Amino acid sequence: MRREIHAEWTKLRTVAGPAWLLAGAVVLTVALSALAAAVVSCATAGCGQDAARISLVGVQLGQAMVALLAVVAVCGEYSTGMIRTSLTAMPRRTTALAAKAVVVGGLTLGAGTLAVLGSVLAGRLLLPGSGFTAAHGYPPLSLADGPTLRAAVGSVLYLVLIALLSLGLATAVRDSAAAAGAVIGLLYVFPVVILMVADPEARRLLWTLSPTNAGLAVQTTVDLASLPIGPWAGLGVLAAWSAASLVGGGLLLRYRDA
Amino acid sequence: MTAVTPYRSGLRAGRDGFAQLLRAEWTKLRTVRGWMAGLTLTTLLIVLLGVLFATGSRSSCMNGPIEVPCPAPPTGPGGEAVEDRFYFVHQQLDDDGSITVRVNNLTGQLRKPDVTPGVRNVVPGVTPWAKAGVMIKQSVRQGAAYAAVMVTGSHGVRMQHDFTEDVAGRPGGAPRWLRLTRTGETIVGEESADGSRWTRVGTARMATGRVRVGLFAASPGDLTVTSNVIGGAATASRFAEVTADMDQVSVRGVAPGGSWTRDDIGVTLEADGTPHHPGGLVRSGDTFRITGVGDIAPALEGMPAERVLTGVLAGLVVVIVVAVSFVTAEYRRGLIRTTLLAAPRRGRALVAKAVVISVAVFVFGLVAAAVTVPVGRALLAGNGNVLAPLAPLTGLRVIAGTAALLAVVAVFALALGSLFRRSAVAVIAAIVAIVVPYLLATASLLPDEVARWLLRLTPAAGFAIQQSTVTYEQMTARFAPAEGFFPLPPWAGFAVLCAYAALALALAAHRLRRRDV
Repeated sequence: MRREIHAEWTKLRTVAGPAWLLAGAVVLTVALSALAAAVVSCATAGCGQDAARISLVGVQLGQAMVALLAVVAVCGEYSTGMIRTSLTAMPRRTTALAAKAVVVGGLTLGAGTLAVLGSVLAGRLLLPGSGFTAAHGYPPLSLADGPTLRAAVGSVLYLVLIALLSLGLATAVRDSAAAAGAVIGLLYVFPVVILMVADPEARRLLWTLSPTNAGLAVQTTVDLASLPIGPWAGLGVLAAWSAASLVGGGLLLRYRDA
Repeated sequence: MTAVTPYRSGLRAGRDGFAQLLRAEWTKLRTVRGWMAGLTLTTLLIVLLGVLFATGSRSSCMNGPIEVPCPAPPTGPGGEAVEDRFYFVHQQLDDDGSITVRVNNLTGQLRKPDVTPGVRNVVPGVTPWAKAGVMIKQSVRQGAAYAAVMVTGSHGVRMQHDFTEDVAGRPGGAPRWLRLTRTGETIVGEESADGSRWTRVGTARMATGRVRVGLFAASPGDLTVTSNVIGGAATASRFAEVTADMDQVSVRGVAPGGSWTRDDIGVTLEADGTPHHPGGLVRSGDTFRITGVGDIAPALEGMPAERVLTGVLAGLVVVIVVAVSFVTAEYRRGLIRTTLLAAPRRGRALVAKAVVISVAVFVFGLVAAAVTVPVGRALLAGNGNVLAPLAPLTGLRVIAGTAALLAVVAVFALALGSLFRRSAVAVIAAIVAIVVPYLLATASLLPDEVARWLLRLTPAAGFAIQQSTVTYEQMTARFAPAEGFFPLPPWAGFAVLCAYAALALALAAHRLRRRDV
């Protein structure tokens, strides 16, 4: 497995795209988080806002870059024909996919950590200016606080799981345009479609099944009781999606011609 | 010496007109199974999501403890849904005549959000479109034709007729003299500061015959928008009433000594039959003190037609994927070399591609919208929902506009695919340019003004073509994208999207000519 990981790392390291995408993920995440922290206002005590969630809202934009990284890592090989060389050199296909998952997941873990730390820092600096002061019941955002730490760590894991979900989906779809469309549809359009379901019970159920809605529950630090699903359980739903997509992608890779 | 005859093919040279190019591109599109499947999927997504939405939306109203279908709103002379609720003090007018009055002041009270829960927080004040003045109305039926000249809360003197028509007079409020004169089919509205020098505000037409003439007052609710930054905004319209003091009333053309009839037109009744928020008249000598609640304006009641077309968002993603692949696949397979050998004028080849993909997408989109709108509306009506009236031409624009929106987005995505030559990048770029701004603007995540600018400047402005509700200045509502109101008129918004597509296509053609394949 070490050799496979080394091969995958070399492939990603030696083209310019992934580095730009990772940088883009960090910049977009921190920028949107900082913007949200600057414009959201909390005028009075008990304004009901979730400071941790606001300062981590950039994750919702950064995930597009992370998903694109996974799509490019897989579909790039198919569009250039590199996949045939890869599979000749690494005939154990599932191991090759696992190695890819390790490398893409590791890179996302690094970039995600930077992005989340930057977002929390931006929130810590900007939120007091928007009225999130101790007088209104908001101490400065700090990772020493249990729920905030859970939201931050959960957001990093969320990004990693989104990368793995996209990787499995891209392996199954192979065409980069279709894979990008499918991933973006799942991440952004599915939550909108849920809003069109009128039946509240069905809507709540779909909400808990949707990878983005359920996964982002891990960022919530206030009013946990009103969530349809607990923070870690929500991340578990996303993990199930990622596992299913990796297994499905792996099986297709294993039993299909390249 | 042997003479060498150069080789000439025995085949006749084929024609290389634009028609041949179109045929070649159509053959490419038609023969790739995935692309045709993608276009079919677009149609299915739009129809199925529309049907899903329509079957799930139910609404009913309560009449006391009994559940009843919601009553349809009254409709005006033009067939549009209207709000027609006001306090009217009137006499019968058989033929020509006029009414003159002096409005001395407008006062009123508004209900603001409760500070202490459960305690009504009522403050003095007048809403911007609170109105009082003189009116000629065909009958006291809600929605009957009328013409009125009035003083408003903060929009100056206005002459309005038949709900949709509104002409501004001079700004400023009471005291003001107002007059309506009926001559044959024409009604003229005039205003004056002193009762001697009169200025014409506007004219209206009304069929001859017996009508009602009198004084009125109405005040639309006080609109407050409370925004919740991460997840929507709540719009609330709270009780407001206006009281106008009027004197110097003189009516010509009515029966001598005729008495005034009072009507609280359109007042809602409580379960026990008493009126809810009644208006009223206090008369002392020549002074009429009229209090009114309600509004006389086009209404926003009912679900607009485009609500069943939300599936277009999902369909757009598929269209973008197909359109991008339509060009990037040529680079991946090397077919682009054959294409450009056969059609060396590269710009023309790209245009042929754009024409083929846009026509194909338009047809699939047209089928989808033409099925979804009528079926969705029928299902919604069957579930007891009140539907906003849809004029045939507007319906046509919504349906054909949805198809055109999809087609132009396809051209835009195709151009991006040709520019970037990388499918994943082009797909994400197209989605970030169109779908993301639309989602951001309509999800109430941003302040209303930012959302409006997003829908003016980004390609997402094209969604305006779907708006079926017509807005009027005299309506009291929150005209924000989150409520389905676009900042640009339908065709202007669509033109913004077309400009983006044309720009991208021109750049792509330029780049294609200048660059090796």
